[in-house]
Order: sequence, then C-alpha cells, then structure tokens
Amino acid sequence: MGLTASGEHRTVSYAPESQEGWVATRLDFLVNWGRANSLWPMPFGTACCAIEFMATAASDFDLARFGMERMSYSPRQADVLICAGRVPFKLAPIIRRIWQQMPQPKWCISMGACASSGGMFDNYAVVQGIDTIIPVDVYVPGCPPRPEGLIYGIRMLQEKVKNERASDKGIRDEMEPDPSSQLYIPPPVIDELGEPFGNSVNQTRSGL
Amino acid sequence: MSRFEVVRTGASAPGAQPATQRNVQHRGGEANTSAKALQDKFPAGVKRVEVIWGETIVYVDPAAAHEIIRWLHDDQSQQYDFLSDVTAVEYRDAEVPIEIVWHLRSLPYRRFLRIKAQLPKGAALEIDSVMDIYKSADWLERECYDMFGIRFRGHPDLRRILMWESYKEGFPLRKDFPLRGRFSRSEQLRQALAQNPENRYSMEELTIADAFVDLPQDMRDRLSKGERTGE
Amino acid sequence: MSKRTVEVELSTSGLDAQGRPQRVPLVTNDGGTAVALEPPPGVEPDLEGEHMLINIGPQHPATHGVLRLVLELDGETVVRCIPHIGYLHCGFEKIGEYRQYNQIICWTDREDYLNSIGNNVAFALGAERLFGIEVTERCKVLRVIACELSRIMSHLVWLGTFCIDIGAFTPFLWAFQRREEIYRLIEKWVGARLTTSATRVGGMAADIPSGWMDGLRQFIRTFPHTLDEIDRVLTRNAIWVGRTVGLGVMTPDEAINWGLSGPMLRASGVDYDVRKDFPYLDYETYDFEVPVGTNGDVYDRYLVRFEELRQSVHILQQAADRLPDGPVNIDDPRVILPPKSKATSEMESMIHHFKVVMEGPRPPIGESYVAVESPKGEKGYYMVSDGTAKPVRWRIRPPSFVNLAAIPKMVEGHLLSDVIAINASIDIVMGEIDR
Repeated sequence: MGLTASGEHRTVSYAPESQEGWVATRLDFLVNWGRANSLWPMPFGTACCAIEFMATAASDFDLARFGMERMSYSPRQADVLICAGRVPFKLAPIIRRIWQQMPQPKWCISMGACASSGGMFDNYAVVQGIDTIIPVDVYVPGCPPRPEGLIYGIRMLQEKVKNERASDKGIRDEMEPDPSSQLYIPPPVIDELGEPFGNSVNQTRSGL
Repeated sequence: MSRFEVVRTGASAPGAQPATQRNVQHRGGEANTSAKALQDKFPAGVKRVEVIWGETIVYVDPAAAHEIIRWLHDDQSQQYDFLSDVTAVEYRDAEVPIEIVWHLRSLPYRRFLRIKAQLPKGAALEIDSVMDIYKSADWLERECYDMFGIRFRGHPDLRRILMWESYKEGFPLRKDFPLRGRFSRSEQLRQALAQNPENRYSMEELTIADAFVDLPQDMRDRLSKGERTGE
Repeated sequence: MSKRTVEVELSTSGLDAQGRPQRVPLVTNDGGTAVALEPPPGVEPDLEGEHMLINIGPQHPATHGVLRLVLELDGETVVRCIPHIGYLHCGFEKIGEYRQYNQIICWTDREDYLNSIGNNVAFALGAERLFGIEVTERCKVLRVIACELSRIMSHLVWLGTFCIDIGAFTPFLWAFQRREEIYRLIEKWVGARLTTSATRVGGMAADIPSGWMDGLRQFIRTFPHTLDEIDRVLTRNAIWVGRTVGLGVMTPDEAINWGLSGPMLRASGVDYDVRKDFPYLDYETYDFEVPVGTNGDVYDRYLVRFEELRQSVHILQQAADRLPDGPVNIDDPRVILPPKSKATSEMESMIHHFKVVMEGPRPPIGESYVAVESPKGEKGYYMVSDGTAKPVRWRIRPPSFVNLAAIPKMVEGHLLSDVIAINASIDIVMGEIDR
C-alpha cells in the first residue's frame, strides 16, 4: 500500500509450514476475486486527467467491463480513490480528509504525472506527488495517460488485490502518516526530491 | 417567436463590418478615438497615450483612474460597458513601477481600450476599486490582491481568492517571490494541511471563539444578534 | 418531542463578556449536569427562521471540478451562495514568466483542458501579434478547423455533463462517443488526444497528414445525426424544459455589467461574439450565424450552445473546402524551427534550430492582448515582453472565472436542485478559473 512511513518493508510471505488450509486459500481467492472485479472508484478528478478518466468510463473504452462503472462520489462507499489531476496545496487537506473517510479495504491510484510527482507544475502551488499526503498503490504515468494506460494501471491494481492474503494481519490496517510531520514520506526526503536536479534544469532553459 | 426557436443574428453594432487586423504596426498606429476624448476631458489625469501593436494604451494618474473609468462607462459617446479584465504587471527591473491594467470594451461602438495606472513600489500599493461601476471587478480585483498584494480601496470583501486565506508565503506573482515559494516543500505541505477548512463549514462551528475574528463582518453581526442555526 | 425539549436543545447560553457567542454546549442525557440554558432576551427560539448552511464540494460530482459552494438555505430555497475557488490554482501565470513562448504553449493546453487546441491557437495569435508576424493562409484555415473542432469537443463535454446533472445519462455517452472520433482525428494530426500543443509561434507543430481531410469530412457528414438525436430527446422534453426554463435569469444589462461573455451573454440577448466583433483568422470571410437567446435562463443557454454546435459544423465544412496548399509555417528562421531535412543538412539551418530551441524566439519590447471566442466566452492572453525570450507577464483572461462570479446573483431564490442546473449551465472549467 504505497510507501511506509518508518522504513520497514511490509511483505507478504508464504511460509511452507503456514497453517493455511484449503478453505483459507479458497476463501482468499473468493474474497480477492470479488474485490478486484468490483472495485468501486472514487473519482477524485481535478483537471485534464479527469476528462480522460471520463473517456475511459464512457462507451469506447468502458470501465464497466472491469466492474468499475459505479462511480462512488461518496468516499464512504468507495474502494479505490483515483486521483486524476493535479492537486494544489489548497486541495491537500481535502484529499487527506477524503482518504480518511474511505473505509477499509481501500486502495489508491495516482493517475497522471501531476498526481504522481507534481508533473510539469514544479512551483509554489502544487503538491509534488500525492504520495506525500496519502498512501498510493499504483502510479499511472502520462499527461494525461491514454485510457489504455489507465486500464493497465487498474489491471495492475487488480493483480495487487488478488495477491493479498487474509493471513497477512497488518495489510488492512489504516496506514497512518508519521505523527510528527503528518506526512507519508520523511520531510528531508521530500525536500531533497523537490529540488530540481540534473538535466531537468536544462530542459526548461531557464535554470529553474 | 416560438419559445423553442433561437433568434439568430450576426454582429449588430453599427458601422463598417470589422475585419481581421493585418500588418499591424509595432508603434505609431491609429489611436482609439476615446484616447483623444480622454485627453481633452482629463488633461491632468491622462499622462500619455501609446499605440502598441494596434492597441491603444492610456496611462493615467492612479488618483484619477476611478473618475476616468466612471466617465468612460457613463458617457454616451464612450459607453465602455464591458470590463474585460483587471490585472497588474510587475517588470523585472526593480525601478519600474507596478502597473495596474484595465481592459475595457465598448460593445455598442465595438472599441477596445487599455487603461494603465502606475504605482511606485516604495509606497503602499493601493488604488480605488471599480466595483461600484462594474460588478465583474469583484473577483478580478480579489485575484489581483491575492497575487500582487494591491489593495483596492472601496472593495467590500477584499480577501484572497486563489490561495487559502491564511497563506503565509506572500503574494505569488511578485517578482521577489521565488517560483517554488519561500518555504521548503515539506513546510508548504505542513502549512497546507494545517488550513483547517472545516472551521468555516457550519454556523455552529463558526461560533467557536477563536474562528470568530476571521469571519466577515456581516456574519459576525448576525451572530452577535443571536442568530443561530439548527444543528 | 415536546416544545420544551426543543427549546432546551436549540437555545444557546448567549454572549460572553466580550460580546462573542458562547460555545454551544452539549445537552447531556442524565439531566443533572445539563447547563441551564436561557435564550437571550428578546430573541425567540424559532425553528422557521433558521437558515441552514450547506457545503457543496470541493469534491462533488456535480460541481464540474473542484468548486466549493457554501449555500445558506431557508428550507430548500437558497438565500445566499458563497463560492470558494482556488482549489485548482497551479501557478500558470507565474510559471509563464520562466518559460519561452513555445514552451508556454504546453501550458495553455492544461488550463482550459476542454478547449486545448483552441487555447493553443489563442496563445499563438497573441504571441504572433507580439512578434509582429503574419502566418500563412494554410495555417489560418487549419487553425480555424482546430478552433471549431475544439468548440465542438468542449460543447459536447458540457452537454454530456449538463445532462447528467439534470438526470439524463444517455446523451453523455452519445456525446463522448462523438468526442472519441474527434480525438482520433486530432491524434492523427498532432499526436495527442487531449493536451495537444498543436501550434507554434509562426505556424503549427505539424501539418495535417494525408487522408486527414477525408476523416474530417466523414465527421462533418455524420455528426449532425447525433445532434438531431440529442435534439429529439431533450429540446422539447417536458422534464428538460421544466427543469431549465426560468432558472438563473440574467438580464442583458446585468450580464454585460457582470462581465459575462460567450453563450452566457448571448443567451441573455446580447449579440457579442468575438469572431464577429473583433475578428481573427479571417472569420469575417466565413458564413455563419451567431445564436442569440431571449430570456437569459438555463434553457436558452442550452439552446445557444446547441445551435453553436451546428454552426461549428457549418464553419468546418467551409474551412475544409477552402484549405489552400502551401507551407503551414512562416519562413522566418529567427522564430520558427526550420524543416528537419534542412536542419540536419545545412549548417545555417542547424544554427537557427539551435538558437530557437535553446534561447527561444525573442519578440520586440511591447505587449499584446488578443481575444478569441472560446467555447466558454471571451478568452484572451495578455503578454508583456521586455525583449527577452520569456514574457514579463503572461495573463490569462479566464471567461469561466468572470462567468462564475455571477453565480451568487443567479441562484438566489432558487431551489437547491436548481443550483446544480444553473452551475452546469455556466460551463465552467476549474482549470481555467483557478489557473
């Protein structure tokens, strides 16, 4: 479920001597199959990616074949938060609040370059990647990603859901941010990543 | 005319049919007739007139700007009834004053005019609001304040519009404001998350004492008079 | 519940010593520790007189983006509406001061993302005015085609989402299906569906590929059928008419004073279209009509935009017929990139390529404001140059920003469900409003 705040790795492991029997594995399969094939998205659409999301949901690309046509604009009834578009700082507490209002099990897809990393908006106003404020499962690059790209990201999320196991106790715990900074990535790392470096400085030809 | 039909007309303003401008001169083109009328009517208020790329720019004294715009709106021979834009320009050279720009259109006469007032940077950046003339100036002036810190005298509700109201970094479009803001990224995130927009979600929560001073005056008056809300 | 209980629960304990309202204490159930509550003298605790404050957004399906409307309701009637914007403010104008003119074109896609290619054209027109450049005839006609395709795309999104807000879901799917056809055309031309960056200062990024005009003509031939279909479903539909007639009325004088433009202004009866009144790209040579409404309500805005769709098809037909041959870019090496074949074989062209890419074209000192008729209204880019490759100031005149400012005026006295319809009829794009 995205980056961990404290640096521990949360892995799903199979011990050969695990107590899972046939019933448990069948139950896992059933539950994961149900979850993955009926992910109700909460479209947190802000900008251009939202239009491509709408195009993906419309008839030519059709999210209904993945069980995702039921858009849940209330976070209480949603499974996956699709953050489609750039998130400015003014919107940051809103998306944090929406994420907190979603009940488990929940996942997050960060759609587009702006949601994943701030995109082309490296300035005073835009959050440089929503993974600083909410935990992200799948990043879909593109500006905006083609509908096929978004569907590929959704398929990746479905694979991730299908690989979950009920025996992994902590996987559905609410992932909390670091209590001192309220951020999901340590602040020094955020500041270091936020500085322009290398060739990106020349790309803009302004040195900034 | 049936309710379901739409009246179709073309351009209805009088005069010759307008055409796409071609081969526009850089400087020295023909000025808008309003410029001459302004120079005659306000010889002290109008500082100079320039025509750049076919557009007439009238530089006015900041103290006279409101009066001049009022005259342009009210006078029958001018009728600049449409305020297209209010904005500001700060130049890279620190000596050059900040300019406030008004874009006015006269729909009956099909004219376009740009009015500019220069505010030197050393003094307070203040100018009269034109909201009493054009209602469209409301949000446009709020944005100007938010981005440049220019106060519009007489604007009833001059608060930030694009940034959040407790934004501490300053006025973003000023040239001394860095592109990425003054604070570090993690500090900007911390301040953004601390906005607490829900302080203003309900009247009940508005009665909490520490948010009271941030409320607009009319809301404070109504609360002081004992107005309450159900849940 | 007896009246006595209601009084206890609703009244406050009045004002404290500083004249501020006191915190409303919770009434406990055991009765013993409840604070004795007295209403302030002279004010009756009255259920009917209380207004409810409702918050719509910023995350909401029907606000068309991240718009926050705080409504003060008396029952279900709106007494006051306070819109809050800025939730999509991304610093476009600031960043424009740090980018060259051709680089800014990529930003113009993203602010009004429904009218991307139209914004590209608008910016290129403004920049070319600043540079003092006249583009070729072929480029002008291609830009007209681009603008009108963009207008159709924007109006189709508006139509689809407007229908969803009122409750009709099917026209949304029909509209998006037609949009996919335009996306395919644009993608063949420019390479991208939505964020096109199609123009350059002095021309276009690319000329249309061979066979593209056939695709366009195919679209022109088949699109009116969809319009007729949607027209049959909506225009004389009793539910549609009942939900849209008489809402959000703006008289012509109010509309002009509030700075409305585009279909909002024309629905109120004011005949102002930038293509007719301050033409660009030789629009005066095209034969088209500008629909103007009468009542200024939501229904008239729908009719005006619908008719604009038909007129756009008409303009596309004329543009497709008159597209001249010739170069699409001007032949000025200081401004526009030389053709690739020359840049890789001739030294001089390679130097020009290098200078245009690395330093960027530099306009003379001056400023320009060119307004175009975007689907939302009068869109303009005001650029100020100090002779360097990056503008001193890049101002976007956002039509939706000024149009939305009138929403408190338009929703007063209407019901809550009408607020959604009125908001949808303005056709806002938050990317443009907040920039």
